[in-house]
Amino acid sequence: MQRYSGFSLVKHALSHHENWQRHWRNPTPKKRYDVIIVGGGGHGLATAYYLAKEFGVTNVAVVEKGWLGGGNTARNTTIVRSNYLWDEAAQLYNHSLDLWKGLSQDLNYNVMFSQRGVLNLAHTLQDMRDVQRRVNANRLNGIDSEVVTPEQIKEIEPALDTSKRARYPIMGASWQKSAGVARHDAVAWGFARGADALGVDLLQNTEVTGFKIRDGQIHGVHTNRGDIEAQTVGCVAAGNSGVLAKMAGIKLPLESHPLQALVSEPLKPILNTVTMSNHVHGYVSQSDKGDLVIGAGIDGYLGYGQRGSYPTIEHTLQAIVEMFPMFSRVRMNRQWGGIVDTCPDACPILSKTQVKGLYFNCGWGTGGFKATPGSGHVFAASLAKGEMHPIAAPFSIDRFHTGALIDEHGAAGVAH
Amino acid sequence: MFHIFCPYCQEYREEEEFHPSGQAHIERPAEPASVSDEAWGDYLFLRDNPRGIHHEMWVHRLGCRKFFNITRDTASYEILETYRMGEQPSITAASAEVRREQGVQTADGGWQTVGARPENSRLNEETPS
Ligand SMILES: Cc1cc2nc3c(=O)[nH]c(=O)nc-3n(C[C@H](O)[C@H](O)[C@H](O)COP(=O)(O)OP(=O)(O)OC[C@H]3O[C@@H](n4cnc5c(N)ncnc54)[C@H](O)[C@@H]3O)c2cc1C
Ligand SMILES: [Zn+2]
Repeated sequence: MQRYSGFSLVKHALSHHENWQRHWRNPTPKKRYDVIIVGGGGHGLATAYYLAKEFGVTNVAVVEKGWLGGGNTARNTTIVRSNYLWDEAAQLYNHSLDLWKGLSQDLNYNVMFSQRGVLNLAHTLQDMRDVQRRVNANRLNGIDSEVVTPEQIKEIEPALDTSKRARYPIMGASWQKSAGVARHDAVAWGFARGADALGVDLLQNTEVTGFKIRDGQIHGVHTNRGDIEAQTVGCVAAGNSGVLAKMAGIKLPLESHPLQALVSEPLKPILNTVTMSNHVHGYVSQSDKGDLVIGAGIDGYLGYGQRGSYPTIEHTLQAIVEMFPMFSRVRMNRQWGGIVDTCPDACPILSKTQVKGLYFNCGWGTGGFKATPGSGHVFAASLAKGEMHPIAAPFSIDRFHTGALIDEHGAAGVAH
Repeated sequence: MFHIFCPYCQEYREEEEFHPSGQAHIERPAEPASVSDEAWGDYLFLRDNPRGIHHEMWVHRLGCRKFFNITRDTASYEILETYRMGEQPSITAASAEVRREQGVQTADGGWQTVGARPENSRLNEETPS
């Protein structure tokens, strides 16, 4: 792998940047691998990368039905934060945040991680109590959350309507300064390039159509390009996890919903941070290109069509204009949908299954982008050792029978 | 935007009058105290979540405020029928007019996005890095 550096930039300038190396190979599938990862989104690619880099498992294939990072990884609104309520979730997302901090260096790939902070607004007394409770819980877990007043909010984000005239006046907010945004495509490409360089085969346009299961043990997958064998298979397929699970005779507590996002025409810099509101129900940040990046809630019905319905777009923009009246005449450039796998307790599933050697990493729903490096890291550790990593263990699928749910509906709030 | 026929109002109305309420035909165990933790957990949390034909409950929230059922294709979003509570669907995944395309059940008129396709085969051509 050619390393990227200031020097390589100058060197390639001499040949008009026409001789840069391809990011990854397009290999022909081998007959068998030690580990197969199903799903070439950020989480799957991160899993493969850490398997090869940290756990010495390099005979790995990532099987992706479309192109790398074309699923939710390319469709999210890139918010990264770790201010979750319960210890288990806080540990998982904080582990991820720690990895984010060194990710560009580690991958030798600029993921444009920008710690510009996240505001979670409170508009009612109950919102304020929830904010205070969550901030206190965060601080006990070493997360840099604080409660801020409307005056402090005005200083952080002057464009926000913090006046008493608002329909839902802002009473305060939680503020996580170390949170922020990252470039989602670069995350997928950086992990893919890193994994490829360590010998991982990235198989695109290769769809898993069934599993080879004998005597309760996984032996590989069927694909449109033939059978591929492995004794360990990790499924990381986001919205399509339930479809895959069904092929293995497993039922998951997931529902797949469309989640939409929009970007506006590019504007001059106006937003400093990420602002989210559960109550008014919308969130917005500004990308480095200048477009407002906007999202809100899921479409309430099940859907796999990667598009949502118009009423949801309208509600989303109503919320944004309520928070930022000055955006009322900004024009939207693009709108799209991704299919998110929502879980009853708004926490993911990282788990073994009743089929030996078959693992699932799913249920990240509306908020898994922030967890990409952490999820990949603990899932890789689990696949390599055959035992769930301690951070992953509480997210076992058993919790829906034991009742040990990890309810993060408050922290997951407005979908993000 | 869905245009939904309410089987009680006997009229097509816009999606915004309605609210989806999840999978239909789920039966609450008659004696909750006597079922196992597994059975109770499955009842509360496990859902079919199919990519294809789905029977789901909706409520005509801003209309007659009655619950009813819809059979819908979750890949094409096409509504295949609506029917009252207590009735059974006439179109199911096993119906004759439902076909399977790349693992997805679609009834006629279906439209969908799926994964691996012949026109993307360039992604399978071997290249060095
Ligand atoms: C509009 C929107 C906004 C969001 N905003 C945020 C946010 O601000 N912050 C945040 O943290 N999260 C956000 N999320 C959630 C986040 O995008 C996801 O949780 C995360 O990207 C999931 O990553 P993944 O790698 O598991 O999934 P994906 O990137 O979807 O990867 C799954 C891959 O599996 C492949 N696959 C599926 N079935 C098969 C098969 N049978 N064979 C082979 N391959 C298969 C798919 O093609 C896909 O590429 C948002 C999501 C959406 C849709
Ligand atoms: Zn009605």
